[in-house]
Amino acid sequence: MKVDKELILNVAKNARLKLSEKEIDEFLPELKEILESFSKLDKVKTDKLEPAFHPINIKNVYREDKVEKSLSQEEALSNSKNKKDGYFKGPKAI
Amino acid sequence: MKAQDFISEVRKGNIDVVKHTEEVIKQVKKINKDYNYFNVVSEELALEQAKKVNKKGKLAGLPISVKDCICVKDVESRAGSKILSGYKPVFNATCIQRIIDEGGIIIGKTSQDEFGFGSFSVNVGTDFKIPRNPHDEERVTGGSSGGSAGITAKAEFPHVSIAESTGGSIANPAGFCGVKGITPTYGLVSRYGLIDYANSLDKIGVMSKYTEDCELVLDVIRGHDERDSTSLKEELKEGKIKKIALIKESLDVDNDVKEIILGKLKELKIKYDKVSLPLTFKYGIPAYYIIAMAEASTNLAKYSGMRYGLQEEIKGSFDEYFSNVRSSGFGKEAKRRIILGTFTRMAGYRDQYYLKAMKVRRLIIEEYNKLYKKYDLLISPTMPCIAPRFSDIVKLTPLKQYMMDVLTVGPNLAGLPHASFNAGFSKRMPVGVMFTANYLNEKKIIEIGKKF
Repeated sequence: MKVDKELILNVAKNARLKLSEKEIDEFLPELKEILESFSKLDKVKTDKLEPAFHPINIKNVYREDKVEKSLSQEEALSNSKNKKDGYFKGPKAI
Repeated sequence: MKAQDFISEVRKGNIDVVKHTEEVIKQVKKINKDYNYFNVVSEELALEQAKKVNKKGKLAGLPISVKDCICVKDVESRAGSKILSGYKPVFNATCIQRIIDEGGIIIGKTSQDEFGFGSFSVNVGTDFKIPRNPHDEERVTGGSSGGSAGITAKAEFPHVSIAESTGGSIANPAGFCGVKGITPTYGLVSRYGLIDYANSLDKIGVMSKYTEDCELVLDVIRGHDERDSTSLKEELKEGKIKKIALIKESLDVDNDVKEIILGKLKELKIKYDKVSLPLTFKYGIPAYYIIAMAEASTNLAKYSGMRYGLQEEIKGSFDEYFSNVRSSGFGKEAKRRIILGTFTRMAGYRDQYYLKAMKVRRLIIEEYNKLYKKYDLLISPTMPCIAPRFSDIVKLTPLKQYMMDVLTVGPNLAGLPHASFNAGFSKRMPVGVMFTANYLNEKKIIEIGKKF
């Protein structure tokens, strides 16, 4: 795999990040070094193993489907400047 | 004064909690000027709580500091990030609610690496101040719970800090600052109200000058919470320490660190066998960083400048708006980890990195499990060196910085309870020794911690 400017820009776009030229120049050698060290794992035999998504085996948790107290509309909106008529106001989607 | 002694004085009516809290806030502000341990000193909330303190509570009047990434109602909670500027939660994290119900007084939010992304608390968010080591201002506190460790060391009042560890963020700064830091079993303390770094790794824990104080507060905050689907229902296990082992690979550290730890174990007459954890030491760092970054990149996707935190005037398409806010709100290390984490989850790379790391974690867990069939506690140094100088950190590439976590990533990947206690000093700087126990065996960690 080739770690180059194009790859970083593509990943950054997916992650909704705009990187400056300076940031890209700085990140490129750093990310190369890090990803190279990550490939150490290629040497480990893991064919028959299940991935450990959690450190402890976790079972799905169910609850009764009943209405409980939740945040009021006012509380939910209290941390946003961008709101109108009791709704969040966001940028254009189309 | 130990917390328990202070609380019994409060119960007897010998201490005026309001006056005491005022004095504590005064001291905290003074310390903060030079050392930057707090992002917010919550004076108003603390005094309000002091006025109506529950004197029968298990923590009556006890000052508690809280890592910035844990939500406190109506107090700005930013996880050390500019992207959460102005965010005042409308609810308390479960652990905070339990503390308040028992009469604990919340004195402020402690400084940290942005979202926990660092080992030295130098990766604070844009516009935040870097905490300084209480023993030498030219050195780091460690991280990411650096502010919590620093104030714990400096406080001359009874105090416990609520910290959080993903890959070692409690043990590391506790070791570098010479205090006690306990990270419990994954799932023992509810993560509800924690601003996530990596969900399968994050654990809320405690720091204090005294093991007894850690024990007291851990007892209040632990226990099942239905608002966290990974919260454990099991109780802590009973049992005494019978056999202890020292991890061979962990002695590959600075010589002063090794000598001080071996000397302290001898002084305390702690007997141990020597054991090996080869896979953990060889592959722990890459496995940890791949998992942590992958999870972090998904967690950080929600910060888009709409519902809370940093906001700008809405213009352009949603892609442009979200990208603008995120690019100005995240610091450099956050951007690095978002990019690496996004990459390791992308189609074509997911099996090679993300799933592979999860399988290696399985091997690491099995490696620990084998040792716990025979041993109650495993010993290692907490960090491979004493707290580095700021001038040394800037010379390290990000990868070199990650590698400093070699001793702490193992127990964190496996979700095992572990703690750092001070073993002594080298060049006036503290050296931490770490004990790791099997799942839910916190009582054994507390038993050994009382010797330090």
